[in-house]
Amino acid sequence: MTAVPAAEATAAPLMEARGVTVRFPVRGGVIVPVDGVSLQIAPGETLGLVGESGCGKSTLGRALLQLVRPAAGRVAFMGQDLTALDGEPLRAMRRHMQIVFQDPRGSLDPRMAVRRIVEEPLRVHRLAGPPEAARAAREMLALVGLDAIYDRQRPSQLSGGQLQRVALARALVTRPKLVVCDEPVSALDVSVQAQVLNLLIDLRARFGVAYLFISHNLAVARYISDRVAVMYLGQIVEEGPTDTLFARPRHPYTQGLVASVLRPGLEARDRLGAAARLVTGDVPSLLQPPTGCRYHPRCPFAQERCRTEAPRPEPVGGGQVVACHFWREIETGTARLRSAAAGAPSG
Amino acid sequence: MIQEPLLDVRNLRVRFETPRGLLRAVDGVSFSVAPRETVGIVGESGSGKSVTMLSVLRLFPPLARVSVSGQVLFEGTDLLRLSEAELREVRGAKIGMVFQDPLTSLNPALPVGEQIAESLRTHRGLSRGAARRRAEELLELVGIPDPGRRADDLPYRFSGGMRQRIMIAIAIACEPKLLIADEPTSALDVTVQAQVLVLLERLQRELGMSLIMISHDLGVIAATSRRVLVMYGGWIVERGSVEEILERPGHPYSAALTRLVPDLDQPRDEPLVPIPGQPTPVVGHMPGCRFAARCGYAMDRCREETPPAVALATEHISLCWLSADGIRPAPAPTPAGGRR
Repeated sequence: MTAVPAAEATAAPLMEARGVTVRFPVRGGVIVPVDGVSLQIAPGETLGLVGESGCGKSTLGRALLQLVRPAAGRVAFMGQDLTALDGEPLRAMRRHMQIVFQDPRGSLDPRMAVRRIVEEPLRVHRLAGPPEAARAAREMLALVGLDAIYDRQRPSQLSGGQLQRVALARALVTRPKLVVCDEPVSALDVSVQAQVLNLLIDLRARFGVAYLFISHNLAVARYISDRVAVMYLGQIVEEGPTDTLFARPRHPYTQGLVASVLRPGLEARDRLGAAARLVTGDVPSLLQPPTGCRYHPRCPFAQERCRTEAPRPEPVGGGQVVACHFWREIETGTARLRSAAAGAPSG
Repeated sequence: MIQEPLLDVRNLRVRFETPRGLLRAVDGVSFSVAPRETVGIVGESGSGKSVTMLSVLRLFPPLARVSVSGQVLFEGTDLLRLSEAELREVRGAKIGMVFQDPLTSLNPALPVGEQIAESLRTHRGLSRGAARRRAEELLELVGIPDPGRRADDLPYRFSGGMRQRIMIAIAIACEPKLLIADEPTSALDVTVQAQVLVLLERLQRELGMSLIMISHDLGVIAATSRRVLVMYGGWIVERGSVEEILERPGHPYSAALTRLVPDLDQPRDEPLVPIPGQPTPVVGHMPGCRFAARCGYAMDRCREETPPAVALATEHISLCWLSADGIRPAPAPTPAGGRR
């Protein structure tokens, strides 16, 4: 057995994924939206998973919960290897791990009364009889800020923010250890986003639940996460404690992402130009992922080596891990800019 | 000397008949846009920001039961008085539009080059060959590599960012005087957003267009516009320079907007201050201020009387009883080493 780094040895992880790979057959071949991803989530911890559309972050979230079965890799959760479980034993684990989706309108049964929606997991897992389930559901709804008047309403009568509260109540009613939150505020109006984010933080404090918080929005992920992992084309390119990662992003992709977030400050105009220079081109297709480092066609520092050799994740201190051949040179300002051999950026 | 505005919207009201009553989507909105100027409009869904712009070109869904009043003066002509045929001469030719989702705005079955050429042949009377050559030039202008070959590709062959560039090429094909961009980057990835905004700015400069940038994202507005209109409940509740709105907001809604979304510049333990409740459509008669029900500063008067327009500085106007009393809402917390 390999030695466990001291920082991680203090608490056994709640979830530990090793080399998780997901393959989907598509017309024209096979795509690999998640390619050999390893990560850990400690009990009560919030891990932010950020990246752009198509980077595989949602698929990874589903693969961890076995809603999509990985083609390779292991997912240990509460001491069990979920990838080895099936049928009833896997179903029994589900009360400990729940998921909240971006669009509550699409994920909640429109014909079912709100209280029934929240009761359902208790009945499915036979955790409570009808009177206890009803009481637990009402309590959960009150905790997410929905008064008793909503009990009998159906999803069509509620606003997006209220529905997302229902989805959270449903996810938490079985007292899970982990909730995967997949873009939980992205479909909400900005004035409602803050309400739901603050609610997620309150519920975390109350129940000690861990979140995998999946988001394309870096500022939102930073606000709620203890640690953040950055995904690009199926792989994690960098991860670390939130403050460190945002203060000193080491991977050129993370640097580009952070620079690209437009901030409502007075320098917004200058920053816009800088961001457009730092990241060029579009995210390539998963059907034909670039060779070597997958970020090399867009990276301002790409060299020949980046085109041929995939970088391995490397600890850089302070719990930060980065997968880049040249992170040291980039850090010290001695990295050479993209050479002609590495090819021009393309979209 | 005061420059003649390119677009001058006066007391625009747009009402939709709905089963629940008369929806006041836009309720007495006035603003102008000078030649070559960028004006930002910020607001949430239902604020009236998109309906305002759709009514400029009368682009309503075919079955909408809508009544529009007021004036939309474009180069001195009231667009609301034009016939459908006359308006078609303006749409696409003098005023271009870019929407949020390029996939639903592009024809999926027509090569992109032909979609650009179509507009040139309709509005400019170009021959098939000349329109094709111009379409390729436009694709190059918006940053599509290898335009000669890519002009023959169907929209699905392009990434989201490239499709939005193509939409922009169509919108500027006839060199319009005004470009209206409604959430042009909201469906795009963050690393692509900056590129598209920079492209819009460059084209605006090179073609000498005016630009109206509509977004829910104050970051996008701050990066592109000098003047901002803040919309809520069908009203422009505050207007002013980006600096004024960000640093010295007069309206509680504008002040709340700056603390509503997490900001990379703010300390992480700075809590978000949500606005309670949710935006509700204005149906039927609604006395007082549209924001009163969600406003932390609301007084009795706010629920009863329409708030006055109060000038706080040059071209900085807040529609609020608080402003009338000379009170500013609490300023946004200043991030450590952040804003000037």
